[in-house]
Amino acid sequence: MGPGVPRRTVAVMRALAARVRAKINRRWIAGGVGVVLLAGLAAWAGWPEDPGYRTVDERVAVRTGPAGDQDVTLDTRLYLPDGASAGKKVPALLLAHGFGGTKESVALDAQDLAGLGYAVLTWTAQGFGASTGQIHLNSPDYEVRDAQQLLDRLAKRDDIQLDAAGDPRVGVLGGSYGGALSLLLAAQDKRVDAIVPMITWNDLGRSLFAQSAATTDDGVFKQAWAGVFFSSGMSGGRGRGGGLDLESLGAGGDANGDGDLGAEGDGGADGDGGANGQAPAGGAAGPGNLNPACGRWAADICQTYLRVAAAGRLDADSRQQLAARSPASVLTQIKAPTLLIQGLADSLFPLNEADANARGIAANGTPVRVAWFSGGHDGGDGPQSDSDRLKFLTAQWFDHYLKGNGEAPADSFTYSRITGLDAVDRGTMATGYQVTDYPGLAGQGTVQVPVSGGPRTVANPPNGTPAALSSLPGTGSGALSSFVNGVVSDLPGQHARFESAPLEQTVSVVGTPSVQIRAASPTGEAVLYVKLYDVDPNGSAALSMGLIAPLRLTGLPTSIDKAQPVQVTLPGIVRDFEAGHRLRITIATADQSYLGPSAPVDYTVAVGPADGGGLVTLPTVPGTPIATADALWLYVLLGLLALLAVGLVLVIFVARRRQRRVDHSVSAAHADTPLWVRGLRKTYGDFVAVDSIDFTVERGQVVGLLGPNGAGKTTSLRVLMGLTQATAGEVLIFGHRLAPGAPVLSRIGALVEGPGFLPHLSGEQNLAAYWRATGRPWEEARFDDALAIAGLGDAVKRKVKNYSHGMKQRLAVAQAMLGLPELLVLDEPTDGLDPPQIAEMRRVLQRYASDGRAVLVSSHLLAEVEQTCTHAVVVHKGRVVASGRVDEIVGDSPTTLLDVTDIDLASKTLDRLDGVTGYAVDGERTLVVDLGDVSRTDAVSALVRAGVGIDRVTPRRRLEDAFLALVGDSTAGSGDR
Amino acid sequence: MSTDVELKTGPAVAQPDGAAAGYRAGRTLTYGAEFARQWRRKRTQLALGFMVVLPIILLIAFELGGEDDDGRSGRGQFSQLSDAAISGGLNFAMFALFVSASFLLVVVVALFHGDTVASEASWGSLRYLLAVPVPRARLLGIKLAVALSYSALAILTLLGTALILGTARYGWHPLQSGIAAEIPAGEGTLRLLATAGFLGINMLVVAGLAFLLSVLTDAPLGAVGGAVLLYIVSSILDQIEALGELRNFLPTHFAQAYLGLLTTPMQFDDIIKGTISAVCYFAAFCALAFYRFSRKDVVS
Repeated sequence: MGPGVPRRTVAVMRALAARVRAKINRRWIAGGVGVVLLAGLAAWAGWPEDPGYRTVDERVAVRTGPAGDQDVTLDTRLYLPDGASAGKKVPALLLAHGFGGTKESVALDAQDLAGLGYAVLTWTAQGFGASTGQIHLNSPDYEVRDAQQLLDRLAKRDDIQLDAAGDPRVGVLGGSYGGALSLLLAAQDKRVDAIVPMITWNDLGRSLFAQSAATTDDGVFKQAWAGVFFSSGMSGGRGRGGGLDLESLGAGGDANGDGDLGAEGDGGADGDGGANGQAPAGGAAGPGNLNPACGRWAADICQTYLRVAAAGRLDADSRQQLAARSPASVLTQIKAPTLLIQGLADSLFPLNEADANARGIAANGTPVRVAWFSGGHDGGDGPQSDSDRLKFLTAQWFDHYLKGNGEAPADSFTYSRITGLDAVDRGTMATGYQVTDYPGLAGQGTVQVPVSGGPRTVANPPNGTPAALSSLPGTGSGALSSFVNGVVSDLPGQHARFESAPLEQTVSVVGTPSVQIRAASPTGEAVLYVKLYDVDPNGSAALSMGLIAPLRLTGLPTSIDKAQPVQVTLPGIVRDFEAGHRLRITIATADQSYLGPSAPVDYTVAVGPADGGGLVTLPTVPGTPIATADALWLYVLLGLLALLAVGLVLVIFVARRRQRRVDHSVSAAHADTPLWVRGLRKTYGDFVAVDSIDFTVERGQVVGLLGPNGAGKTTSLRVLMGLTQATAGEVLIFGHRLAPGAPVLSRIGALVEGPGFLPHLSGEQNLAAYWRATGRPWEEARFDDALAIAGLGDAVKRKVKNYSHGMKQRLAVAQAMLGLPELLVLDEPTDGLDPPQIAEMRRVLQRYASDGRAVLVSSHLLAEVEQTCTHAVVVHKGRVVASGRVDEIVGDSPTTLLDVTDIDLASKTLDRLDGVTGYAVDGERTLVVDLGDVSRTDAVSALVRAGVGIDRVTPRRRLEDAFLALVGDSTAGSGDR
Repeated sequence: MSTDVELKTGPAVAQPDGAAAGYRAGRTLTYGAEFARQWRRKRTQLALGFMVVLPIILLIAFELGGEDDDGRSGRGQFSQLSDAAISGGLNFAMFALFVSASFLLVVVVALFHGDTVASEASWGSLRYLLAVPVPRARLLGIKLAVALSYSALAILTLLGTALILGTARYGWHPLQSGIAAEIPAGEGTLRLLATAGFLGINMLVVAGLAFLLSVLTDAPLGAVGGAVLLYIVSSILDQIEALGELRNFLPTHFAQAYLGLLTTPMQFDDIIKGTISAVCYFAAFCALAFYRFSRKDVVS
């Protein structure tokens, strides 16, 4: 700042800077606290929790093959819960991944289970990822043997609980490929203590060659699914594995399991050059140089696939090969308690696979429990409620059978039905149900519904194209529209429909419906697809989960009249067929997911036996809905509401008590004093708006509050109105201590800081609205008086937003006078008024105070105060510099200005006049005269007699003098101190 | 201005607490007085008027729209709500709610709550109310009650108009919805009311936020705009799935839970969670508003 800058400017800027700093400081502190709180919250939410386990990655060499002479390295990871040690041994779990996955794809589940206190061993099966070897499709000689050696390794660890030397306490679980492994391992190795196979097969041959009729074993090739699997084995787990990787089942987490799969496949292929230790026949070693036809598949399996996929039929060899890899043949050897979890949205391994496993294992007397959920190879993890249920069931199962905690889990069967869409998280919502015993697929009861329609001719398209689309293998998880109600499009000419009458009541189907059909074919054979639709009254049809029943019929007559009825078992479903809906049986000739005959041929199809109509048998189960957390949340809500109510009551109670504790005493000495102010101080942070102000307003007085701008007048009035809280000081109104909202404020009428009206109302309506807000009786308002004071005439009916400033000002004064309050506080009341109105205002105020009321007027117009007020209080820089009667402040002897024609003569005349205190010459023709005891009249007449011409006689405004003397000529307000 | 006014009063008998004779704190700014104050405002009338106009616009749009071009957009099965809108009065009303829920109602509720204190402050009438004196907690309580009433009135007006118009044009039919079965008209009405009720509860978040901002600022536009803005930001954050569990704490996370009322059986899980969330936010915002206002220096 240069030397030329006035010192005052410097001071002003310093003061300003200080104020800004103060403001910024407070903002920063408040903002800072907020930011810190938010950051803390985010950190708390996002802070990596102590995982509760540690992991050990290890390449484990195993010797495998029928002779146990082939070396394979398995990529393993062991999750050890915290605290597991030789002193505190823990039970173990083998967690197997699904086809095309790796140990990484089960990481989430492993973490969950490790958190439950199990040592979880995950590994990449041979032929996948970074493990070497080939895919033998859960061969007892390869993959199962690998797993047995993993059990050996677990048994050697000193922190794993043992049943006997070399026999760890261990459970096995996995989904799909891993689920079958758990069954096969439990059958082959008695050390396994409990298993939880999920969405897996009983008979792989039947799964891949589906047959829904009991006539022959020869099924229809599931070409789409088989192709998805084969291709993902080609690349050693690299290819598309979407929908296969369902290890996150029960983990409730990663619904989108296909994304990470491809990446891991790459890692496996690149990471370990010698991964493919056993060169397949005709193939080179190493994943980078795979047999183009077989990839990482073992040669025998690969050849089988190539053969049967081309033919579309199973031969004896392949049947035997698949049987060796199916639990069906070894179920009798499974002694480990088994929790079977199967998906309802699964066209690959439908419910009947789990049903066969359950019956086979239970036949040994081994504990078996079955649970279905609304997901599977087509439906992914399914709804959250299902994931939670499966998690609970799994944990409960191992808790009892491995840790020995808790009662033996009940045999009860649980399942779920999709009830709608989750409105918040998208995806589906399902309601869980339970029944005491597993009813199997036939239900506990049945309902038979007739469907009608005569024989129809349908055409098989050449090479099976075009064909209907019922499911989309490999697309996997959760795209609702694709699986809850199917995506089926039946093609004209390729299907026949048989419909029932509308159902009279809702049927809750749980299990496999069935229907009898007849068919005739010129070739004696037919491949047909039977579907059960739910048709709503509007005619739109839904195919539950997109599941269909493929069947291959042989030995058919050429004429439908001779055809024998065939019992078709439809896919297992859980669905409510609502009252008013119809059932529809559709018999179609081609489906994209299956491989049918390539020759074009026309079949004739019909439902039911020849002598009667078709009957659809629906299995029903009276399930009880499982209580969900809803009820709990409801209690939380009720508790919250109760808490809020109690809190509210408490706050009101405390506020009332505090109110009562406030000093309500009335100062008798000031009971009749409208306003008594002592030591009033108001600061905003560092800024002192009002330093210390004392003054009194008595009845009958019109007190002027004077001061330059920023002296603290308005701040003081704000405090008087209870708008702001004083920092210190005492204000008594009629002896009552003032506080914001104190009832005694009702005896004050105010105009502070300009008018405040509702712009959309007229002046009259505004006054009425204001008075209504006071809640006081109408007749106390004295409306007519107020309106007369406002003097707005007809304008009072106009909207306030159209008022001039002066009109608003007059209305505001009128509002302040409503009810004729005993103390009237007016802030710059003449602002915007024209001179006649100012004169009127002056008279009104003087008369107002004459009836024992009092008026406090703040103004910076000295003339106004001098002429209006009886008393004045001069405020400067937040302090009172003078107070008292106006004439006292002004002084006893007012001076007069005289403009005269002859200044010398006038001076001499005044010299001779007795009583004149003195005079001074002010300019060429003006005299400033202190007349003392002499009246103005006498002085003027004396001058005139002396021959002095007088142009003008003006009483000198002494208040201005006094004011300037008190305040100085500083134009700086208190804010600039 | 007239000087002939007789300014004499009778003997003024003050009460023991110092109040003027007719003054009772509990009688100041009654619910009715505040309701009338707001009722006369253009913005109140416009907002409520639009609730009547919107269903009419929708009806005209459906009438002019002709055949549906099968282009279902977003939200999968729930887009059937719009497909089914002309299948009956209930569906039409449901559709009207559905389209207003995400933005229109937010703005209207924010308007009623954000404007109420801030506009009085900006007009300068707030200080005169406080000088009456209307106790601060009472002033805020009455203003909140009236703003809530107008918000409820807006939702009911929309619902009522749509229901009457839709029924007059498309008839009284069962409620069609998404993948659930048809819902009989009687039960459908209840579900429609429950939907409107949950929408109202969910709007409490906006209401509380706007009300808090209204107390904090003197600019009505700032309060209304701020509340809408924060609501939108929350909605955007809710789209970011990477936030995981944190999203459950966003005030808008359960905004669409009312769709659960359209399935069979109804899903109350998210409705209840949404209610808990909304009530918590509303209580917190209101508590802050009352705390701040009771200590605030009113300088405008």
